[in-house]
Amino acid sequence: MLNRLRFRQLKDRSAGLAMAVVAGLAAALVMLIVVGLLTRSWPLLGSRPLGELLTSSRWSPQRGEFGFLPFILGTLWVTTLAMVLAVPPCLLSAIYLSEYAPRRLREAIKPLLDLLAGIPSVVYGLWGVLVCVPLIRNTIAPWASQRLSFIPMLAVDNPTGYSTLAGGIVLAVMVFPVIISVTQEVIRAVPDGLREASLALGATKFETTWRVVLPSLMPSILTGLILAMARAAGEVAPLMLTGVVKLAPSLPVDGTPPYLHLERKFMHLGFHIYDVGFQSPNVDAARPMVFATAFLLLALVVALNLTAIVLRRRLRRKYFSVTGL
Amino acid sequence: MFTAPKVAPFPRTSSSPGAPPADASGPMVEIERLWFSYGGKVALKDVSITFPRNRISALIGPSGCGKTTLLRCLNRMNDLIDGVSHEGTIRVAGLDIYDPSMDVTDLRKRVGMVFQKSNPFPKTIYENVAYGPRLQGVRSRRTLDEVVERSLKSAALWEEVKNRLHAPALSLSGGQQQRLCIARAIAVEPDVLLLDEPCSALDPVATAKIEELLVGLKQKYTIVIVTHNIQQAARISDQTAFMLLGELVEAGGTQQVFTTPRDPRTEAFISGRFG
Repeated sequence: MLNRLRFRQLKDRSAGLAMAVVAGLAAALVMLIVVGLLTRSWPLLGSRPLGELLTSSRWSPQRGEFGFLPFILGTLWVTTLAMVLAVPPCLLSAIYLSEYAPRRLREAIKPLLDLLAGIPSVVYGLWGVLVCVPLIRNTIAPWASQRLSFIPMLAVDNPTGYSTLAGGIVLAVMVFPVIISVTQEVIRAVPDGLREASLALGATKFETTWRVVLPSLMPSILTGLILAMARAAGEVAPLMLTGVVKLAPSLPVDGTPPYLHLERKFMHLGFHIYDVGFQSPNVDAARPMVFATAFLLLALVVALNLTAIVLRRRLRRKYFSVTGL
Repeated sequence: MFTAPKVAPFPRTSSSPGAPPADASGPMVEIERLWFSYGGKVALKDVSITFPRNRISALIGPSGCGKTTLLRCLNRMNDLIDGVSHEGTIRVAGLDIYDPSMDVTDLRKRVGMVFQKSNPFPKTIYENVAYGPRLQGVRSRRTLDEVVERSLKSAALWEEVKNRLHAPALSLSGGQQQRLCIARAIAVEPDVLLLDEPCSALDPVATAKIEELLVGLKQKYTIVIVTHNIQQAARISDQTAFMLLGELVEAGGTQQVFTTPRDPRTEAFISGRFG
């Protein structure tokens, strides 16, 4: 009897220990990656003031100019654009699926969403080339510049269609399933008692969703958006096919109105890794550049996450989360 | 000890099809030959009963007897479930609630509900009570302040929360949360207040507070309460209806039902022999 109890306690302790070790390994791995990237890129990052690296827009390794601004701006802009395009339709469809759609429809759509999430990103890129780019070139750009020219951002035409817009659309479509699934799960987790309480007070379904279900969920929904944004910021394959270039003649975000340019091609940290790492004549000399770029990309994703986490904290304080998700 | 019913006897003995809107002295809720089923499973069988104004009517019976279903028919909360169907009529203040012209949000404004599990919104105490009036389009801060104060006072919660109206409702104790739900329900000034086992999760002290509160509230509202607690029905209700397997076995003045039940099954239940 005593032996059996000892054995069970031992099992309990060793299981806890094993899990702690594995969890610790994951944390250590993150640190290792950060430290590794930083030391490998130090020859470049340490040789120049950080301000210059981040704010100069000249990239010319032969002349010793390493301005990362175009890459950072391009990455930020295309990621933001993707999120702006993705979030409203995703939230609406998640709300529809969880609050309005009959159970059968919801169950039929779920596997399709999972499938959509599993499509390799390069396939999305291909879809971008085959559908998005021609659509922008032949339809959206001409129509927008004709009819919507009063909106400065749309008053330009792009002869090729390869653009930030095309990249943003592809990234947006790519994160659709992630955002929809997470949001829908979060909404389903709201206790039905809250919905009933609101409906019993004479609220319509829309009022119930808008005033009771969603406000308490904002922090959790934001968590889903963080995941989606991190994924979008790190993707290169779909962008390579739809608008990323090695060296763009102008920045996608600059001082000339309308400041944010949808039609321009852009540079991207992720693509830059591939470009300097594997396309330059002297691969060894390019190493610090590759690691520096990778480090910046990581830092950017971390910065985006931190922003979202701070925002989530604020929202949590504002609303009192029910689900604790 | 018990208040004898002063209003028309119930269950109804005569039916009056197409009756005009009831005058102030008629029963608030009239249910006639109500059948109700969940996707083929019959939950209510031919139930006819009336609930008089300014009285507390208690629905008692073992689990699964249909008392909650009956309660949730009165504000059409059952509409939310797929595959339900009903036959028969329910009139609230003389209006047929299943009439196609009946706006269900309007019905629910007139027929408030308090649930078994207290379910305050994850908002402040103030915002919980102001929720209903805001839905009705009340914007004025002063009006809302008044409604919140009046409702919390009616729900005997004002003294406990008046200095922290903007604290989260979820920071209240279980009994306080349930009284907050009552305050929230009466803030829209319903005609009828439905309570679905409101004290089942509460300790005796909190239960006593709610019972006392309900007895006071019947001055203004018609109250229908589902309870598992037979003593509770005996303590606070004017009318008691006993249900079993979807049927209304017996209904009448509480004193009569508890002292001289007409049906042997009622007697067996209230004396604790089953259920």
